[in-house]
Amino acid sequence: MDNSKRTFLKVAGFSLLGIGSKPIQKALAGNEEPKILPSPEALTGKRWAMVIDMKKCKEDCRDCINACHQVHNVPDFGNPKDEVKWIWNEPYEKAFPGEENEYIEEYIDTTLKGTEFITLCNHCDNPPCVRVCPTKATWKREEDGIVMMDYHRCIGCRFCMAGCPYGSRSMNWRDPRPFIRETNKEFPTRTRGVVEKCNFCSERLAKGLIPACVEACKEKALVFGDLENPNSEVRELLRFHHTIRRKPQLGTRPQIYYIA
Amino acid sequence: MYDTGKIITGLIIFLCLITFPLWYDAITGKAATKPELKIITKEKQCVEATPYMRDSHMKLLIQWRDQVVRENKQLYKGIDGKTYTMSLTNTCLNCHSNKEQFCDQCHNYVGVAPTCWNCHIIPEEKS
Repeated sequence: MDNSKRTFLKVAGFSLLGIGSKPIQKALAGNEEPKILPSPEALTGKRWAMVIDMKKCKEDCRDCINACHQVHNVPDFGNPKDEVKWIWNEPYEKAFPGEENEYIEEYIDTTLKGTEFITLCNHCDNPPCVRVCPTKATWKREEDGIVMMDYHRCIGCRFCMAGCPYGSRSMNWRDPRPFIRETNKEFPTRTRGVVEKCNFCSERLAKGLIPACVEACKEKALVFGDLENPNSEVRELLRFHHTIRRKPQLGTRPQIYYIA
Repeated sequence: MYDTGKIITGLIIFLCLITFPLWYDAITGKAATKPELKIITKEKQCVEATPYMRDSHMKLLIQWRDQVVRENKQLYKGIDGKTYTMSLTNTCLNCHSNKEQFCDQCHNYVGVAPTCWNCHIIPEEKS
């Protein structure tokens, strides 16, 4: 009896050792090269954001909008109800309904109040569209804060459109292909029945390029950068200017800042 | 048993009709046309070995899709040690530049209709 208990414990002990050796084996065998790698020239940031200086923005200029729509094959259905919006113009009153106090002219150039503001997806820190998506077709990228969209997974339920308080998401009610003015062969189009939005040019960032709208702006009214880097251009602008954000009272923590 | 003759003849006719696709080819002597792929490229090697690509390219493409879209990784080290950008339109279709004579040949033969091309652009076809 004693003897068999002793053998049992021995065997059990060795078995436990065996389990413990698995990570060691893995470490020894695991010098296989990874097959899938991130792009080395990609721009990396911890919290991408944009500052838009509306004082520099020229009223009739549509350079940023045209550049974005050309790069991303954004269709123009010619009907405001079906409009697909990545970057677009919004009148001040509609873009900033929370900014209504008697002394607003103390911090906002009131001549701007009648003008159109450049608006795009705010790439919120607390994005409501992500919370409501039933398929995780949209999610916030942990490494840099971009609110991404996976058209492969989108089922077109449009919960995100209801969730987004900025109108940054648009549904493709029809096949968008015939409505694309000039197709960029390097970027896919969308298909009927998916929701689309600005992706902060994640495909360009991966190639080491800044967003197309920022690049297209001749007045340098759009500035893109990493908010977590204290020496970045965006932080510099925030340091020296008063900025407003769209509907911050909703708690979505939008990451597009406006100098107005 | 009533109507044995009718039932048996009926059954035989039924069997003949249902097996029509099987014996039709045998009688007429023309087997279904096998897909013939046409690859217009100077490259000798695809990103993985040809047999693997032939039966598992869809798995590879799905892996590429998930890695690019969801994991933010863009590069793939191929079997020949070269690094490729994971992109259907910009990498695969560079060599396999004629969708009609490459993709569609087998897809039509086996009766599958992948939805890739609803969004991904087919470059102008070279023949």
